[in-house]
Amino acid sequence: MKIVVLVKQVPDSGLERHLSSDFTVDRASASNVISELDENAIEAAMALADAGQADEVTVLTVGPDHAVETIRKALSMGPDKAVHVQDDAIAGSCAVTTSAVLAAALGTLEYDLVLCATESTDGAVGGMAQMLGARLGVAAMTGARKLTVDGQKLTVERQTEDGHETLTASTPAVVSVWDSMNTPRYPSLKGIMAAKRKPVTTLSLSDLGLAPDTVGAAGATSKVVQAEPRPPRSAGQRITDEGEGGVALAEYLASQKFV
Amino acid sequence: MTVQRILPSEEAEAVVDLARQIADAELAPRVADFEARGEFPREVLRTLGRAGLLGLPYPEADGGAGQPYEVYLQVLEELAYRWVVVAEAVSVHTLACFPLATAGTDRQRDTYLPQLLAGDLLGGYCLTEPAGGSDAASLSTSAVREGDRFRVNGTKAFITHAGVADFYALFARTGGPGAGGVSCLHVPGDAPGLLPQRPEDKMGLNSSPTAQIVFDDVMVDADRLVGELDGGFRIAMAALDAGRLGIAACAVGLAQAALDHAVEYARQREQFGRPIIDFQGLGFLLADMATSIAAARELTLYAARLKDAGRPFSTAAAQAKLFATDTAMRVTTDAVQVLGGYGYVSDYPVERYFREAKVLQIVEGTNQIQRLVIARRLAKGE
Ligand SMILES: Cc1cc2nc3c(=O)[nH]c(=O)nc-3n(C[C@H](O)[C@H](O)[C@H](O)COP(=O)(O)OP(=O)(O)OC[C@H]3O[C@@H](n4cnc5c(N)ncnc54)[C@H](O)[C@@H]3O)c2cc1C
Repeated sequence: MKIVVLVKQVPDSGLERHLSSDFTVDRASASNVISELDENAIEAAMALADAGQADEVTVLTVGPDHAVETIRKALSMGPDKAVHVQDDAIAGSCAVTTSAVLAAALGTLEYDLVLCATESTDGAVGGMAQMLGARLGVAAMTGARKLTVDGQKLTVERQTEDGHETLTASTPAVVSVWDSMNTPRYPSLKGIMAAKRKPVTTLSLSDLGLAPDTVGAAGATSKVVQAEPRPPRSAGQRITDEGEGGVALAEYLASQKFV
Repeated sequence: MTVQRILPSEEAEAVVDLARQIADAELAPRVADFEARGEFPREVLRTLGRAGLLGLPYPEADGGAGQPYEVYLQVLEELAYRWVVVAEAVSVHTLACFPLATAGTDRQRDTYLPQLLAGDLLGGYCLTEPAGGSDAASLSTSAVREGDRFRVNGTKAFITHAGVADFYALFARTGGPGAGGVSCLHVPGDAPGLLPQRPEDKMGLNSSPTAQIVFDDVMVDADRLVGELDGGFRIAMAALDAGRLGIAACAVGLAQAALDHAVEYARQREQFGRPIIDFQGLGFLLADMATSIAAARELTLYAARLKDAGRPFSTAAAQAKLFATDTAMRVTTDAVQVLGGYGYVSDYPVERYFREAKVLQIVEGTNQIQRLVIARRLAKGE
């Protein structure tokens, strides 16, 4: 089985993040890392490879030049090779146009399974697997906490608010994962060294047969027109206990639907 | 930690980054709990091993990572900054592999080393005995040749990883008295008759077991003799020359942790209406701490670079171990002072750093023994 894992470079969610003047994510000045859940997607792919169920794992990313750092990081966890779609015209793309670019790139690759995160830590749109499924005409099973492969049959446990659903599909298919699926491995020293020598193919829009004005800010289906920083944390509500403190607490928790 | 590191290669940067990443994610969140419960973090060491960090300074041909000592020591420092027991465990493991890596035959290296360096196994180093630590050449554990085996009897003391190690580098008497009658054996941890005793109750390093090991008629195959018969003492001393640098690096990392904690505290704690770091009496104390740590780090790396260049380094290693561990003791003592009463209670890690620093002045040659090594060289006019 051949697996393609989608990987995205994002600003480190542990540090302060900013928007550029056009309200797109400021990637140039940010400390960029691999989107956290993508590591779970890589781990899922590598677990299948370790079990002898996958014979090739390819990393696919759409991003600027410096996304290559994220590709190396992903490759150091074990995948065989990478494809980097890089074109200045892509900057400012929305999730829908990005899915068009990814679908076109997947069209140049052989795959039985596309693995990705359920959402990224920057946009958190959470729709990529669905959009790719639609564009590629294959099944999309989203929000997986467990994935098993039996020949061409894929079985996914889909995490829901009150439990899980079991979904099955045959390959090829897209599966998006949650972090509950696994614990990503650390790269090993050998993996880091080897990653430097693994092939990375760079593709431009023209390689994919896409017109520049269908992607990027020009082709975006949505546009952020205003953004405000999150208001500073308010002081909170203080309950003074005059014998009824417990009741007041319980009422508050109930009103916030915690209990 | 805001240390500017000058590393020799991009590869080295990746090694240190990886160590830092694992240290932040796996060591830092666990240290307080494991120290409080006195549990050895075996699984954490497996994680380090799987990442390739348990064989750093040994050649790639033997299954190591072929990194210079200079890089290996900075990895230890990063680990010690979060959890000195884990750094010391890596250092002791590296020490335990030293005899095979440097004095083993090709066949012994092929047979044992890849396994030892792959990261799943952990080593121990058995030199000290109840009657003698500093005067190691007087050791009395005996290994008597019987056919194609050695029969080992005796007791080793203060053995790090006693009971949790998968193998031990053992030094035992095969010949006459003194340094010339000692041999080195590579002993499996589960050998019948190898009996780890109850772990010592220690001042610090509580998550690392230290215990006596009784060797009661332990039979060791003769092909596990490492180096020449009666040639083991030289191996033991060479191992300690290199091992000392590991202890120095642990001391630097520990001292840096104490300093960073003290600085952060001193910037926030206010007395008489201002942050206490603004009082010169305290600011100067912190300045001296920072300066001596920087000096200790450079002396340690200088000794490592001598070793990496194939030059004599044992005097520099003794100086580094002496200076770095004395620095760690002083810095951690002063860090307690900076926190005042809060430095003395276990809600903050500084009192633990203080207890941990003490042992570094004792292990792998007490600091008196380091001075002895240095003074002897001076006396010889070297
Ligand atoms: C936590 C811990 C872990 C350890 N791990 C290991 C291990 O894994 N393997 C191992 O083999 N050993 C280990 N040791 C033992 C350690 O190396 C010895 O404790 C150390 O070498 C000192 O030996 P000693 O305790 O017998 O003290 P002694 O040698 O009895 O020394 C007592 C005092 O006399 C001083 N002294 C001795 N000789 C001289 C001299 N000639 N000049 C001036 N002063 C002198 C010493 O500096 C010291 O202050 C460990 C010890 C501890 C506490």
